[in-house]
Amino acid sequence: MKVKELVDKLELEVVAGPLEREISGIYVGDLLSNVMARAQADDVWLTVHGHQNVVAVASLTQVAAVIVVEDFPIEPAAVQKAKETEVTILRTPMTASDLIRKLFELGL
Amino acid sequence: MNPKDDSRCDLHIHSCLSACADLLMTPGNIVQQAVNLGLEYIAITDHNSAGNIQVAQQLAQANGIKLIPAMELETREEVHLLCYFSSLDALLEFEAIVHENLPSLENDERLFGYQLLTDIKDEYVAKEDRLLAMATKLSLSEAIENVTNLEGVVIPAHVDRPANSILGQLGFIPSDMGIQVIEISRNTDPMGFLRVHPHLDQYRYIQGSDSHYLTDIGRCGNTEGFILDEDLLKLISVIF
Repeated sequence: MKVKELVDKLELEVVAGPLEREISGIYVGDLLSNVMARAQADDVWLTVHGHQNVVAVASLTQVAAVIVVEDFPIEPAAVQKAKETEVTILRTPMTASDLIRKLFELGL
Repeated sequence: MNPKDDSRCDLHIHSCLSACADLLMTPGNIVQQAVNLGLEYIAITDHNSAGNIQVAQQLAQANGIKLIPAMELETREEVHLLCYFSSLDALLEFEAIVHENLPSLENDERLFGYQLLTDIKDEYVAKEDRLLAMATKLSLSEAIENVTNLEGVVIPAHVDRPANSILGQLGFIPSDMGIQVIEISRNTDPMGFLRVHPHLDQYRYIQGSDSHYLTDIGRCGNTEGFILDEDLLKLISVIF
């Protein structure tokens, strides 16, 4: 499934980045040191972090998109860096668990 | 005050206002222990609070040692930051900002422990009802901006720990934050740690005891306090 399709189906807020990447898995985590080691390329990564380091970790791991859950604030510096480096950041008021249920229903 | 470059200090100590600290960690006992060890500088760094600092500063002064006004702040990202100030007024101004950004939850003493305030006679005089040791709503960059505006110094705490450290929570230290000094835990060998984290080469480090018990004071990778050096002092001299 493409990021764009996910955005439309789950009414996700598009904060930054392209929507063309193909998604193949899900990763959830807020300890970025651990995310760096465990997230896989083409995952959607669910986190509460809106810090700019999220953008670097997303680039490094090559995730398809970051989804910031529970409408956590995203720093302007993070949005700026995401735009510059074409990292996709999405946001939703849903909790990670509610969002994961919906991702399962969509076959991810 | 002009610290010498071989002054011995312990810049990370919790008083009985931190729920995780032993009840014997009163400002009076802490100062006495520091005097016994021959420390010249100490900092009491309670979680998100400066409630015991005024009394502690008076007690330190009366005993001929210098207490640096400080706090251990927890940011929105659950990063612990040691925040040091050159005056009590600056610390209290910072504390007001921190408390505006502290979620309002009551301390459950059965779960977390007591948060106690003491007086100049070193007796318990009040309990802090608000739960202190939790993430504030201040982001890392907001926290650093506030401390910098008050001419303080930020040192990320125990960077070698997997949780509640800037490396654990955020993976690496953002380069544009103005951080120059980091703290390495007392039980970690700094040279070994820096060897496996070569990207931290650009930072100077301190070791604090992170004492929760009187017997831990001064254990900063040794048993006699961390020894300041000239290069480090250049970076943090403003707080002395």
